[in-house]
Amino acid sequence: MSVVDARAAVTQAHHEEWARVVASLTRRFGDLDIAEEAAAEAFATAVERWPADGVPPNPGAWLTTTANRKAIDRIRRESKRDDKQKEAQLLYDDGPPEPLGAIDDERLRLIFTCCHPALAMETRVALTLRMVAGLTVPEIARAFLVQEAAMARRITRAKDKIRSARIPYRVPSAEDLPARRSGVLAVLFLVFNEGYLATGPQTDPVRHDLTAEAIRLTRLIRSLMPQDGEVAGLLALMLLTEARRTARVSASGELVPLDEQDRGAWDTALIAEGHRLVRERLAAAAAGVAPGRYQVLAAINAVHTSARDIRDTDWSQVVALYDQLVRLDHSPIIALNRAIAVAELDGPEVALAAVDHLEDRLAGYHAYHATRAELLRRLGHSRQSRAAYDKAIDLAANTAEIAYLTRRRDQLG
Amino acid sequence: MQYLVSVIFDSAALASEEEQAAIDVFNDRLQAEGHWVFAGGLGAPSSATVIDNRGEEAMFSDGPFVESKEFIAGFWIIEAPDLDVALKLAAEGSRACNRKVEVRPFL
Repeated sequence: MSVVDARAAVTQAHHEEWARVVASLTRRFGDLDIAEEAAAEAFATAVERWPADGVPPNPGAWLTTTANRKAIDRIRRESKRDDKQKEAQLLYDDGPPEPLGAIDDERLRLIFTCCHPALAMETRVALTLRMVAGLTVPEIARAFLVQEAAMARRITRAKDKIRSARIPYRVPSAEDLPARRSGVLAVLFLVFNEGYLATGPQTDPVRHDLTAEAIRLTRLIRSLMPQDGEVAGLLALMLLTEARRTARVSASGELVPLDEQDRGAWDTALIAEGHRLVRERLAAAAAGVAPGRYQVLAAINAVHTSARDIRDTDWSQVVALYDQLVRLDHSPIIALNRAIAVAELDGPEVALAAVDHLEDRLAGYHAYHATRAELLRRLGHSRQSRAAYDKAIDLAANTAEIAYLTRRRDQLG
Repeated sequence: MQYLVSVIFDSAALASEEEQAAIDVFNDRLQAEGHWVFAGGLGAPSSATVIDNRGEEAMFSDGPFVESKEFIAGFWIIEAPDLDVALKLAAEGSRACNRKVEVRPFL
């Protein structure tokens, strides 16, 4: 086996097995910190050993067993200092890893613990990205626009709180489930977005593993909460976005905007499934159930994916949906996206005025500058447009987006 | 597992009659369901004295919280198997005493 093949196998195993390993170790040892560290050590061992020994026939089982051993080693090391009794207990518990089968529940348990309401929202997202999605601390720090050291502290504090305040490791009771799902959905949406617009010079522009993971977990939650409109809405939103994934990046690794995408390359099965979910929610809305933000976002994407080409898009419908959305979600990013739709309906000048209002809140966000650059270009203000592209390129972290913005800038006269 | 549920308030006003009645009902429930450990109301921060006996002789002073806007007006110590149960009880306690509460685990 070549070193390259073994590395690829470790990467694949990391994508597929990380959350399972962490979840099963957390269940067994009752401690996220031990589970995370042991899982990381097991993967590091795989990087060392697999090129020489070959990839084991069942990488997941190998990793879980190795991580279990690492965790027991650590607990023995620590217990030597204080408590011989604990060591005896551990030896007694040194059984085989959890059987496969309870895996989905394990991961769900891990998700609900990471998304516990006693943790701050930003902490829940960070913890889920680390523990469930297996992102590294630098990747998470970039996704949040904060320093790595600050992110590492945030995650450590969260683990300490879970342990010392005894946040339970379980799926909430049926009674608590609806209230607990909002935080989980917000986290899954963020994981999806990190996959959809992955950050970092060494990262693929679209990380299908993350989008697939977010979709898989959202499907799982939908199977548990089939009546929940927002779960259906989020799943539809993800499917309709994922359907365009392959058309979104060119062969040369450049981002392809919606109006230039080859619509024939969109995944019709995902679109059909997404549209079915949106229709289901529209029927519920017609019956008087007010839709939440994910359902409205899904409806916007349903309008886009129903159009044969960009000129065929029902922009008045898109803007009407954004009007509905800004009442539910006061985020400046929603306002920015509304302005992009307004440009198609009322022209770039009206849109630019709306975008300029957002400067205070979005000056550090690359898409704000990219949107301004595009509108300024359409209005013929080349010099200002170039300056806005420069800022956008400077702030952007997705390789495909940087390539696209650079080309657009260089096309300016 | 025991949790300290601190009542956070910003004036020395005591519980109203209505609040006291609700607190009594809540306390009875804590006892009936086995969550009760201890509870009590506290005098205002202006009644507190700080003692520092780390040096040669004990120093007495007014508390550091006299000037702070919010302070601990009372507390419960409850027994609960995990934070989910503790948070539910604390939410009911907050409703009963009509004040904010903070939940903190004992080590």
